[in-house]
Amino acid sequence: MYRSSEAQNSETPPGQVQNHSHKHKHSDPHTHLGDYPHRLNFYDKAPQFDVTLEEFEASALDRLRVLAEIESSIARNRTWEELKDMTTKQCRKYLCLDSNTARSIDWAAQRRKDHISHFVLRLAFCRSEELRRRFIKAETTLFKVRYELDDTEERRTFLSSLTFGWEEVNASEVKDVDKNFPEAEKLVNLVPVPPKYKDKPECYKGLYYKVKWTKVSELVEKRKVFLKGGYAYVPIWERDGIIFQEFETFLTGQLELTAKRLPRLDEDTRLVPILDNLSQGFLAGVSTEWASAPASGDEIRAEMIDDLAKNHFPMCMRNIHESLMRDRHLKHFGRLQYGLFLKVLGVSIEEAIVFWRKSFSGITDDKFNKEYKYNIRHSYGLEGKRANYPAKSCQQILVADKPGPSDCHGCPYRHFAPENLESALLSSYASHGLSSTDLPAIMHNVKEGHYHVACTRVFEITHASKGVKKGEGVGGGESITHPNQYAARSRELSGPSEGDARMEVES
Amino acid sequence: MLAFYRMLYPFKPIFKWLNHEQAPTKLFTHREFAFTLQGDVYLRYNSFNTADELKKQVCALNPTRFEIGPMYTAKPKDKKTVRPAAFSPLKRELVFDIDMTDYDSIRTCCSGAGICRRCWGFIAAAVDVIDSAITEQFGFKELLWVYSGRRGIHLWISDPEAMDLTDEQRKAIVGYLTVIEGGKEMRNKVNVRMGPRGPLPPSLQSAVNTLDNHFDDLILDDQDCFRSDEGWESLLQLIPDRKAVDTLRKNWSHASQRSSKGAWADLKKHMKDYPAVVDDIILQYTYPRLDTEVSKHRNHLLKAPFCVHPKTGRVCVPVDAKKIHKFDPSRVPTVHQLLRELDAGASADSAAGGSAWERTSLKPYVEMLERHNATISTRVRQDKIKQDKSW
Ligand SMILES: [Zn+2]
Repeated sequence: MYRSSEAQNSETPPGQVQNHSHKHKHSDPHTHLGDYPHRLNFYDKAPQFDVTLEEFEASALDRLRVLAEIESSIARNRTWEELKDMTTKQCRKYLCLDSNTARSIDWAAQRRKDHISHFVLRLAFCRSEELRRRFIKAETTLFKVRYELDDTEERRTFLSSLTFGWEEVNASEVKDVDKNFPEAEKLVNLVPVPPKYKDKPECYKGLYYKVKWTKVSELVEKRKVFLKGGYAYVPIWERDGIIFQEFETFLTGQLELTAKRLPRLDEDTRLVPILDNLSQGFLAGVSTEWASAPASGDEIRAEMIDDLAKNHFPMCMRNIHESLMRDRHLKHFGRLQYGLFLKVLGVSIEEAIVFWRKSFSGITDDKFNKEYKYNIRHSYGLEGKRANYPAKSCQQILVADKPGPSDCHGCPYRHFAPENLESALLSSYASHGLSSTDLPAIMHNVKEGHYHVACTRVFEITHASKGVKKGEGVGGGESITHPNQYAARSRELSGPSEGDARMEVES
Repeated sequence: MLAFYRMLYPFKPIFKWLNHEQAPTKLFTHREFAFTLQGDVYLRYNSFNTADELKKQVCALNPTRFEIGPMYTAKPKDKKTVRPAAFSPLKRELVFDIDMTDYDSIRTCCSGAGICRRCWGFIAAAVDVIDSAITEQFGFKELLWVYSGRRGIHLWISDPEAMDLTDEQRKAIVGYLTVIEGGKEMRNKVNVRMGPRGPLPPSLQSAVNTLDNHFDDLILDDQDCFRSDEGWESLLQLIPDRKAVDTLRKNWSHASQRSSKGAWADLKKHMKDYPAVVDDIILQYTYPRLDTEVSKHRNHLLKAPFCVHPKTGRVCVPVDAKKIHKFDPSRVPTVHQLLRELDAGASADSAAGGSAWERTSLKPYVEMLERHNATISTRVRQDKIKQDKSW
């Protein structure tokens, strides 16, 4: 078996990677190409070098951005070509892997990052059946994308470096083929060559991989292999299929193994929050941080907010805004979620105080100044430890501070009852083109737990009149990962006529 | 019924068959049994430590029938007290169910619940094909075919590899073995070629070779499927060549009494250049029609062998696949017949030792199960020796 390091060396648990992090930073930055002769990695050997805590987290976050995009592409039923395209784009941004022929590239660094990030995410995602399933699907897809795009020659050497325990056999060695086969096929092949491969000479050499049929059950199901005595004879043109299945099966086993060993890791208190954060990142995608208002742009005055809310806010902020207008009050987490959102939207501290004062019309100036003004100033970094608090991302809204029965913060896609969500969507967005026929597909995403996909879909529908097409998301196919990203893109699409500043969606 | 369970039902051999060994293992103690009581009361998640415990409960409840499920990660009777995550199906025989009702659109002798020796021919053809695919292609050895008591047959496969199959892999086998697809509205239910007009996959080519013989006897002679106007009209719908269809229809509608054999010969002549069409028709009329849901999931329950079918009173007895063509469902013993035999035997020789079933016509069927158990035991023993050596 080729799976040496992790499966057999039980004395080197995967947690070992970080156990000496930070303490002694003697890692060798010039890992020579010798460790990574191939662009593709089967991830059958755990990294055996030191990693800093920063590298640990940063590389994992970058990989997560790629995997989240793959998940979202699958949830949105993108075609394989579209998915490949999106994934490649995302990889180029966050997890580049160049071929050996690429010039002046530090392959080793790229490959090392790819290697580390995979193993860090294993730790983050091994902890529940659901997370494992999603991780395996996304990773296998990523592997397929890279495999397909790999240079033919490099792929060949990569493959020959793997030993799957497949036996190569020639069709003529399989004795009793004679009785069932038409004369023409009999000489060389066990399975008739499909028309698509008729022109490929390598398909006529009669080369087969003999494997236990259970290893290639998908091919068996489709009758694409020759079956005899419990063994599948896989023709050369189906080889990639078994490689992908090997990848998936292997990763499944490894994740279960990692899960069993993980408790030991929990002692390292620095890692647990990082891992929690990473696994939650899958729920909503990893957003870019939206920490402060755009540098330029016309001022947003308090009286403009109501109008902006109706035209540009995602469902979560619409919901809070309307509750505030209706109740003349908001509870703590609602104020926090909405306040930071408005700050990043571009509402100055002065205007924010005006806005909140007007909105909380049921209380005295004295009470407002005492109880609320401080908090507003605090959130702008003008009080207390003067931190510049970023606005909450979808991930934080989805996971942290779950709304109680009388709260209105949170993510409506996740925290509303389905009927309530449907009517909220219609009453908020019918005037922007959302109709009840759009709801089943949206509700399906919700039911599957793909809340950000549902939100992205609503964005697309309500901005169709601005030329946004299905699958385009907030641009380039990207999904919503942050309420401010939603609002910024919406305002950007409506053009400068509203006096908006041009903003970069991606910061 | 109670007398049948008390005196005749072969609990010990059934235990041995499910358990694979003499001493109780998880294969038995963690196995689900479900009981159907009079008035359609259904009791799930029962489990027992021994064959005697099972017998005691069966006799106490006197169910109309009982079913066997998978071995779970915990004892099914403790289901309520274990964490849901700690309770999942682990091992299970690979099972298949073939039922005559799925052939109603083809058979001419009976319909619905009815079955006779003649339409048993469809089941026999199905057993031939499935048995050889399972043994030759999948390499399984421990197959037990069981008559369902009325109009179908079950297959239980006990090889360790079969017991371990995941639901995903079971689904794959079912897909591999499923050829007839599409509902009532789909005329051409066979669509299995490799590419349009391409060759058949090898496994189906060998199935066609087997079924070719059955087709003549069963479809042309016995069932005479193409004699009626309806019969040959549905045959014509499977021919893609318009011109040939027109000619054949003209010929056949003029001849008032044309045999199915004659019609088939005509068709073959016109389809000389399209052997694929002929083979696909053979598949459509004779290829096994599986009840796929039964096989796909480990936690699916299936009626235990030797239960009594409530409508016919017949016992669900094991069947020898090699003699499947000689099997006559109407000669399978009924529970009343067996109890009569037992009464008669008891008065003649009440002191006879051994099990009561040995004095009835149930004997050869129980012996068949015991022979099957012996095969399983041998394998278990050999595996143990191999394991010992590898230490
Ligand atoms: Zn009949």
